[in-house]
Amino acid sequence: MYNDVAIRLRGVSKCYHLGSPVGEGIKHLILHLPSQIKSLRQRRPFHALTDVSFDVRRGECVSLIGRNGAGKSTTLSLIAGVLRPSEGKVETYGRICPLLELGAGFNHQLTGRENILLNGVLLGLTRREVRQRTAQIIEFSELHDFIDAPLRTYSSGMVVRLGFSVAVHLDPDILLIDEVLAVGDARFRTKCFERMEHFRRRGTTMIFVSHDTGSVSRISDRVALFDSGRLVDIGEPGRIIDAYQQRSLAA
Amino acid sequence: MAILSTFAATQTRSRALVYYRDLVLVLLAKEFKVRYKNTFMGYAWSVLHPLVLALIFSLFFSVFVRLQVPDYTLYLMAGLFPWQWVSNTCFGANGYFLSNASLIKKVRFQRWMLVLSGVLNEAIHFVCSLPVVIGFMLYYGKTPEWNWLWAVPLLLGIQVVMMTGVGLFIGTCNLFFRDLERLVSLLVQLLFYLTPIVYTADMIPPGYTWLLYANPFAALIVCWQDLFYAGALSPAFVATAAAWSAVWALMGGCVYACKVWRFAEIV
Repeated sequence: MYNDVAIRLRGVSKCYHLGSPVGEGIKHLILHLPSQIKSLRQRRPFHALTDVSFDVRRGECVSLIGRNGAGKSTTLSLIAGVLRPSEGKVETYGRICPLLELGAGFNHQLTGRENILLNGVLLGLTRREVRQRTAQIIEFSELHDFIDAPLRTYSSGMVVRLGFSVAVHLDPDILLIDEVLAVGDARFRTKCFERMEHFRRRGTTMIFVSHDTGSVSRISDRVALFDSGRLVDIGEPGRIIDAYQQRSLAA
Repeated sequence: MAILSTFAATQTRSRALVYYRDLVLVLLAKEFKVRYKNTFMGYAWSVLHPLVLALIFSLFFSVFVRLQVPDYTLYLMAGLFPWQWVSNTCFGANGYFLSNASLIKKVRFQRWMLVLSGVLNEAIHFVCSLPVVIGFMLYYGKTPEWNWLWAVPLLLGIQVVMMTGVGLFIGTCNLFFRDLERLVSLLVQLLFYLTPIVYTADMIPPGYTWLLYANPFAALIVCWQDLFYAGALSPAFVATAAAWSAVWALMGGCVYACKVWRFAEIV
């Protein structure tokens, strides 16, 4: 019965405790012990996500939209398995590959080629599997002339190109994309979208977070609208994007 | 179906082992390259530090203070090289998780591998500095004994486990108390003088010998000195070092396991 479900969220909530007293360091904790203990008792939970449930079918592309702080990135982190829900359950089926933010997971002292290996292994492949794909990754990134130069000499657009190229060549079952594509130039973005179309045809499940309603409506099968940590609505892109725009105007 | 089966395939034990090996190797290679990329003297630096310390101490204690320890420079090196590993791990541990914040926030992987690769990196440096120690041994008319064949791997094993425990403990705690770094540097300094490195274990008055067992790193250092300087290991100190190694591994492992799920929230 699970065969056609790639991601399943059931009653997922995530709350953080704000103003954790230990973040300030030991000195602060000891010097302000009485007030610290008091604040520890009184600290209020911040609900980043409240009772979110939805399924993503295998091969589906679902976009998450909503204002800043609506819970999109938290949802993505929960799916990536980096955060654990406070309540509820997150189930995923298949190898997940998060598309890293600009520079995340890359080391700027290492060359592009060395970073491909590092990133590929960190994202779940063995060295051999990465090496088999290295040529394709370099080809796709169009960074031939720079691939053996240290990453610190790259422009931010080049780093994104490399990151995207690594992520899409790892044959993930589930690809998580957190609005990073805005940095690349128009031509590379087009190429990325072509690649995403290719993934869709191949049956890769995608979760796409973006503020760009144009690309959202272009790529997604369904759109999920978040507001203040709640899933407001999920459904056909046109309808949800309209609802989102109405809300933005009203607010 | 296809996806489920490939997923199952990635989860098989042998692939997992290959994967973990590769993860450690890749992280190790990264540390190494980053460390040496801009300094062609890389290896020399890691040997130079304990060497210079040994020279300063031998000038100070055998010429000025006139401490009566035969082959004092060799004795110093026998303690300073393994100590350098201990102190580098303690300092490095502050950043094992913190400096990989962006990775921890985004990617799910075994975070303790960051600590393990850092510790193995120090281990490699230590092993690479052994020829220098052997050189000094030869200079003082000593040669490595056959017991090195089992004793060196044994002590290396004890120290890798101990340092991994220390690294997990400090690395995790430092995420929650960001000024732990200062405290650690103070404690490392303190423990350096509480460990028989510049003085010998038998100079310690009888009333204070318990310190050798209470100091988490002393027994291990004494073992290395026994090997490089005296030639024979003392079972009591090997056992103490192994026990401390188990204690650190347990402490580090527990703290890490309790808090690992909060790493992404807090880095």
